[in-house]
Amino acid sequence: MINSSAQKTDAECFTVPQHTTIMGITMDDKVKDLMGSLGRGRGSLIPLLQRVQSEFGYLPRETVAAISDALVISESEVYGVATFYSEFKLKKPGEHTFKVCMGTSCYVSGGGTLLSQIIRRLGVRPGETTSDGKYSLDAVACLGCCSQSPTVVLDDVIHGNVTPSTLESMISELENGSEAL
Amino acid sequence: MRRIKDPSRLEDAKAEAKASWNSLFCGDRPIVCTGMSTCGISAGAREPRDLMRSLLSEEGLEAKYVDVGCLGLCYSEPLLYIKKPGRPMICYGNVSPKTARSLARSILINDESGDSALGAIPELSCGEISSIPSIWEHPMLKSQVRIALKNCGIIDPENLGHYIARGGYAALAKTIGITPEAVIEEVKTSGLRGRGGAGFPTGMKWEFCRKSKGDEKYLICNADEGDPGAFMDRSVLEGDPHAVIEGMLIAAYAIGCTQGFIYCRAEYPLALRRLEVALQQAKDAGFLGENILGSGFDFDITIKEGAGAFVCGEETALMASIEGKRGMPRTRPPFPANAGLWSKPTNINNVETLANLPSIIDKGGKWYSAFGIGRSRGTKTLALAGAINRPGLIEVPMGMNLRQIIFDIGGGVPGGKACKGVLTGGPSGGCIPASNLDIPMDYEAITQAGSIVGSGSMIVIDEDTCIVDLARFFLAFTQRESCGKCTPCRIGTKQMLGLLEKITQGQATNADLAKLEAVAQAVRSGSLCGLGAGSPNPVLTSLRYFRPEYEEHIVHKHCPSMACSGLTSHSIDQSKCKGCGLCVEACPVGAILGDHKKPHRIDQERCIKCGACILACPGKFSAISKRSGAVLEVA
Ligand SMILES: Cc1cc2nc3c(=O)[nH]c(=O)nc-3n(C[C@H](O)[C@H](O)[C@H](O)COP(=O)(O)O)c2cc1C
Ligand code: FES
Repeated sequence: MINSSAQKTDAECFTVPQHTTIMGITMDDKVKDLMGSLGRGRGSLIPLLQRVQSEFGYLPRETVAAISDALVISESEVYGVATFYSEFKLKKPGEHTFKVCMGTSCYVSGGGTLLSQIIRRLGVRPGETTSDGKYSLDAVACLGCCSQSPTVVLDDVIHGNVTPSTLESMISELENGSEAL
Repeated sequence: MRRIKDPSRLEDAKAEAKASWNSLFCGDRPIVCTGMSTCGISAGAREPRDLMRSLLSEEGLEAKYVDVGCLGLCYSEPLLYIKKPGRPMICYGNVSPKTARSLARSILINDESGDSALGAIPELSCGEISSIPSIWEHPMLKSQVRIALKNCGIIDPENLGHYIARGGYAALAKTIGITPEAVIEEVKTSGLRGRGGAGFPTGMKWEFCRKSKGDEKYLICNADEGDPGAFMDRSVLEGDPHAVIEGMLIAAYAIGCTQGFIYCRAEYPLALRRLEVALQQAKDAGFLGENILGSGFDFDITIKEGAGAFVCGEETALMASIEGKRGMPRTRPPFPANAGLWSKPTNINNVETLANLPSIIDKGGKWYSAFGIGRSRGTKTLALAGAINRPGLIEVPMGMNLRQIIFDIGGGVPGGKACKGVLTGGPSGGCIPASNLDIPMDYEAITQAGSIVGSGSMIVIDEDTCIVDLARFFLAFTQRESCGKCTPCRIGTKQMLGLLEKITQGQATNADLAKLEAVAQAVRSGSLCGLGAGSPNPVLTSLRYFRPEYEEHIVHKHCPSMACSGLTSHSIDQSKCKGCGLCVEACPVGAILGDHKKPHRIDQERCIKCGACILACPGKFSAISKRSGAVLEVA
């Protein structure tokens, strides 16, 4: 099983014991699978990381050795690239992810208030996940939808012209929804 | 679409495409078009569209549905256009599910309903005359000249036939019939300058790369659009992806490139998807691949998805990223034209630059250069956002003055508030104050005013935005996005940010202000790339125009715009509060305490200063107010 990594720093996530299987599946095989038609050159590193992330929702430590082998790049270089780009996550994200736009237009239209609201309401800071693994929060820069500022993305669905009260109903819908389960 | 083997067959394809366009729009069935760009979707366009579809099919009416891109009237999204048989196409704005119901009813009884009509769209009306004015008479569209945006909101971006019916790929056919040098000459004549920010003359850049020695050359389309506040490239990619592909083909032919890349940010999933669809269509039709239109010219395009780093919009960082490395810029020279991607000669152009090319080749460089002023020729797309009545995407001739753009096109500032200024150029730009808005949209004039045209983002701010807080905001952005390679940017942005935080929290002295200016100058002159070199701009420009506001924060610990959260607080006047509890309900964080019918209090620790309580407090009580600075202690 994957370790719960919510409390670890990025560096720690990269130094946990090197399992190479997740739920019995060998990561060498999994990564080979995900490689598909990608070439073995260095240029494939970012696309491969993207494929691994879309498979698992993040980059599990267990896959790194396999990625490094598949592309003949050292693990430290894989780590260097993975930590440079904000898209890549080394920790498992929550069940639901809020992305609050903190681009200029959203910022001047109240995006900051929406961000504080989520921080207070869910007890989670940007870049983190709640300890029960339910919610993650990200502050992102411009979703290119500034005419509908402020914007919030909840689980890949973009919402425009969000107000504290519409945000509140998004949150309570999630909370009630999960209570009902 | 069948493979088109030579340019002469393109005419046949166009005739075919036009015929099917006519049968779609001029047929005997109603047609419903929905503005389905990311902006439309986020405004909720799916709901009225799907409702309309289910209402009509319940009644047994098989209408036709077309998803189009963004017309740019984002302020009134969701946008639906409806054409009843024998009538013109009418565009409706702010279509809620309720309006969708009444529009569906009006389709069923085929009556002329014009309630929320924004205008008729002649391009989609099949010659039917309308009693409703043309959409192009709309105040937001009237003074626009649409070249890069000519198809956005008019065609289905996932339908190659639509693009061809409107003259698409004719410029490619023309291009391969003349010499590469002639193509470059035409682009030089047009006066087109790079729309990605730097404004470098496009024809000249192509010539460098064409003359550069190398057996293999690359072409990159920069679709990273990381500048917060910019969404023109997204709109073009989502609304008219073939225009960008055709632009790339023209550039590739002129320079002699065989392989192209589109580097598109991952935050644009819809643009990425539509690009993929368009690339496949272009390949199938013979516009991409080997022996294009039978000319012997080979060119292919691969999409590279960005991974979330603003600095990767910088050309050398972008290339490092395609190579699979950390996206860090490098010193130039060597310039990409000589040694770019994998050290091969490379030409990189922005999405909008490329989208202009088909029209330039089609109608001639002279035609394009007739628009504009001075050394800024042609048109520029601009993204209007912030405190403006009509946020959206526009395209105007270069040289239009900023006041006209903000007030005539954008409709001015909402809520009767005063315009404080406009931010152009994003985090490398600055705020041009309201008193200075009579300058033209021109590369040189805007630079002289202390900002840059940049990618074309224009964020209007009103009196509620604090200029110091905004400078802090920008520095927080550049500091976070600094790649860390060069010291002036890595350390300088951190220092500037720290000083600005001190000012916005009311803890700074005049000495800090002097230090801020000194650091700003050092970062500007010492940084490796535009990210660092441009980062002091928001500070220096705001100091140039708004220095008293900085001083107010420093000397009086007061934020005149009441925006700096460290210097403001909300409080309830105990003598006015009747304890009705409306504010308690409105507060999203439960920060208001107190018993029913007794005066309430705000827990300052919990309060996020959103102002929801002020809005909730009944006007007859008006018990809640926001205060700043020295007043704080008195309260
Ligand atoms: C920090 C930084 C970010 C940039 N971001 C972009 C971008 O998102 N899109 C873009 O086209 N150009 C961007 N540029 C400009 C590019 O480096 C380059 O000048 C441009 O892509 C060239 O194309 P053009 O000549 O067609 O404008 C950026 C530059 C810097 C310094
Ligand atoms: S600033 Fe938020 S979408 Fe652009």
